[in-house]
Amino acid sequence: MLEFRKDLFADERDDNLNVVGKGVQRQDMLGHVTGRTPFFDDHAFEGLLHLKVLRSSHHHARLRNIDTAAAEQAPGVRRVLRGKDVPVNKNTLLSLMNFGKDDEPTLAVDKVSFKGQPIVAVIADSEAAALAALKLIRVDYDPLPAIFDVEAALKPGAVTVNETYPGNYFAYHDLYDHQKLRFGDVERAFASADIVIEERYQASPIEHAPTETNGSIAAPEQNDRYVVHTCAQGLFFSLGTSAKIVNLESNRLHFIGGTVGGGFGGKVDSLTEPLAILGAMMTGKPVRFVLGREEEMLYGSPRGAELHIVKDGVMKDGRIIARKMTGYFDAGAFTRLSSYGVIKCVAHLPGPYTIPNIHADVHCVFTNRCPSTAMRGFGVTFSDFAIEVQMDKLAHAIGMDPMEFRIINAYRDGDMKAHRRIAKNTALVECLQVAAEKSHWPLSENARRQSSLTGGGGERAVIPPTAIDDNGRIGRPETRNGPSRVQSIGARVPIPELSVSLSQDTMAAPVQRYSQPAPMPPPAIPAPAQVQPPAPPSAAPAPAPQPASRHGAVRFSSLFGTRRR
Amino acid sequence: MAQHKGRGMASINYPIGMNLGGDPSQALVHSNPDGKFTVALSAIDLGQGMKQVARQIAAETLGVPIEDVYVDTADSDTGPHDMGSFASRGTHRVGNAVIAASREARGVLLDAAADELEVNADDLVTDGRGNIHVRGAPGRSITVKAAAQAGQFRQGRTIAGRGIYLVPLSAVDPETGEMSPVSSYAHACLIADVEVDDETGEVAVVNMTSAYELGRALNPRMVEQQLVGGAWMGVSHALYETPEPYYPSPDHGPRDFNEYLMPGPGDVSPHQITVLERPGDGPFGGKGPGEMCANPVLPAIANAVFNAVGVRIDSLPITPEKVLRAIQAQGGARPQTRRT
Repeated sequence: MLEFRKDLFADERDDNLNVVGKGVQRQDMLGHVTGRTPFFDDHAFEGLLHLKVLRSSHHHARLRNIDTAAAEQAPGVRRVLRGKDVPVNKNTLLSLMNFGKDDEPTLAVDKVSFKGQPIVAVIADSEAAALAALKLIRVDYDPLPAIFDVEAALKPGAVTVNETYPGNYFAYHDLYDHQKLRFGDVERAFASADIVIEERYQASPIEHAPTETNGSIAAPEQNDRYVVHTCAQGLFFSLGTSAKIVNLESNRLHFIGGTVGGGFGGKVDSLTEPLAILGAMMTGKPVRFVLGREEEMLYGSPRGAELHIVKDGVMKDGRIIARKMTGYFDAGAFTRLSSYGVIKCVAHLPGPYTIPNIHADVHCVFTNRCPSTAMRGFGVTFSDFAIEVQMDKLAHAIGMDPMEFRIINAYRDGDMKAHRRIAKNTALVECLQVAAEKSHWPLSENARRQSSLTGGGGERAVIPPTAIDDNGRIGRPETRNGPSRVQSIGARVPIPELSVSLSQDTMAAPVQRYSQPAPMPPPAIPAPAQVQPPAPPSAAPAPAPQPASRHGAVRFSSLFGTRRR
Repeated sequence: MAQHKGRGMASINYPIGMNLGGDPSQALVHSNPDGKFTVALSAIDLGQGMKQVARQIAAETLGVPIEDVYVDTADSDTGPHDMGSFASRGTHRVGNAVIAASREARGVLLDAAADELEVNADDLVTDGRGNIHVRGAPGRSITVKAAAQAGQFRQGRTIAGRGIYLVPLSAVDPETGEMSPVSSYAHACLIADVEVDDETGEVAVVNMTSAYELGRALNPRMVEQQLVGGAWMGVSHALYETPEPYYPSPDHGPRDFNEYLMPGPGDVSPHQITVLERPGDGPFGGKGPGEMCANPVLPAIANAVFNAVGVRIDSLPITPEKVLRAIQAQGGARPQTRRT
């Protein structure tokens, strides 16, 4: 089963610790194994009401009319909620970090963009009464063409899935329809490669399938506050999101959670908390909103599908000299976290290998399916599948053992990575050697002698002259099929790998604000999108400024305090 | 018609706490009058063991027995701010915040002990068993309990500490993708042995051998739990799961666990795991095995299928239908070089 190789990297560790490094039993184990640990749904409230939502039966449609009259009169129904009842009925999760535009309604108003999108919420004395009342709601749909294929969605003239993002792509930096990664010059390298191989890899969506489905219970607390029992993976993330949507100051919400029956990324979206709180506000009663298994499975926001096209130039001696990747993340109808997954993917490319020329374009694409979200290994799991199957094909093509091939290309301490930071603390070579030894996979003497500690740096630490292009410029569709190279930027001195002190210059906001209890001076004009930097000193013009105000909501920001926009 | 054995491998790295920074975690540590400590967090325990990791880190830093520390999470009225449990950030961010808070609390505890022993606090050490003594002179000692009581009731000290860990926000360059995404990486190599049935297209994983480099394993039992469970999820991702089996067509979606396939107990293979520890910048050099441990399984299985029958399945999941169609398209199984 599990064994340790304490001999490796022993001089980098002090193993003389008291309790760290010991297999001490968890403090919560007894509760878990006896079934006594309380989860969010184990909290009983007198007069608890139940909320259920009517979901779109169409993938894409205009809503001509919504008739809830019969449902409102149905037995046990306390309240019916529509989009107009939601104080801030448009949000994007990463607005808490000032990344992206509000694009998703809590309850659809005039259009649905995916099958299963919530349209109406019914609050009733029992789940059965709520479900029965949903059947009495009449929605008149005018179906629209639906699009499910990411490449088709990006074609000119494709139907618009999400009005906030015409063209069906997330706009990066308000400049490009994708995030770029550029390092060296892949086209020149391909021309000198012994073999060039291009392959497509497709991964289907995956459901988190937690034992405990998404849900929450919100109840009026004393003194005009609301307590919320939740299975959220980010307590303050969900609190901030909910406060924005229901338009309450953050300190009027009291979130309790912390013990979750399976998350895997599927409990980051605050799928239930805002409506449960709104229900409690509207009825003055405790309200429970829990997804059923079928809802969780179909509409609980999966790991999104990804398409990766990988093109590599390789030499017969085993060196990969160029890697070009084009990726498409299927976000579904709304952004949620997919825009960020793309960034994480770009940071990860080209995998744990030192390749002198790298080029990647990764797109976040909107389609008429349930919005996807984070899941274990977000942005990396599927690109690793593409890269590692491709590695196997490359090794096969040049007649080399796949283990040896990876050791030749493995990154080492001191190497420059594609995102322009120096690699440190690497250990890929040792993992390959240990796994090979354990499984009796024969390795050459030379491969067994390699080390992550040696062979890196030097020439491998240099940022090469890099070809820059205008491909995919927003508003200029003719650039889509580039490469319209505009210039090449020269070699640069290496930048040390991230450390807190070294990255001060990239900080977008003064952190000391965080510790100031004094109120913010009103009215604070938000800084431009903080995750997005100003244009570099290239030919690119400055990015368009972010709109100063997207709506009048009070926004609790984890980063920048509470501000009125 | 036959079962074909195949062996494939993959190697990966993974960013620990990739959140581009700007995502602080806080921790508060305080003591009862008798020297029992509570760590207040708003971090989430998804089953991964967040509470226990924070508890061990606090006990180690405070220098007190593990039984004397409990972790309370997550209540937004009492737990300080934390972004959440995702992106393998829990151990890295929360753990570092717990260290900062515990150091501050330990400083007050030692000041209280120093006053009682009439020595300099810098000369004091803890034995991890509930005692504080002068370095090199175990006889000159006081219990943590007595020091805490003296601090609280005689000296008027708050034996408590605050901690925050913030990685500053990193920008992303639109032209080159230059960024500082993360400060620590975990690594893995995994070898999968499969059997492929060329009559049905079914793939069975019969064995896995892996090496994971995870920084310091803060709790080896919980690391094992993550790696074994994660490999199961990797097998499930590779061979079974999807709500859209004919993606991009949205049809034929499963609605429950009868229709959404995942491996059962009989599909779990033996798995020989070796753990390497190259300390990163997480607490006590820990990284975070939670997310990355599933990742090498998917391509290793795909590569093993090729090794067994000579077909490349480049779309996930690798269903019997895809394998069988590919075998038929190439006119039968073509086993590659035997590796076992």
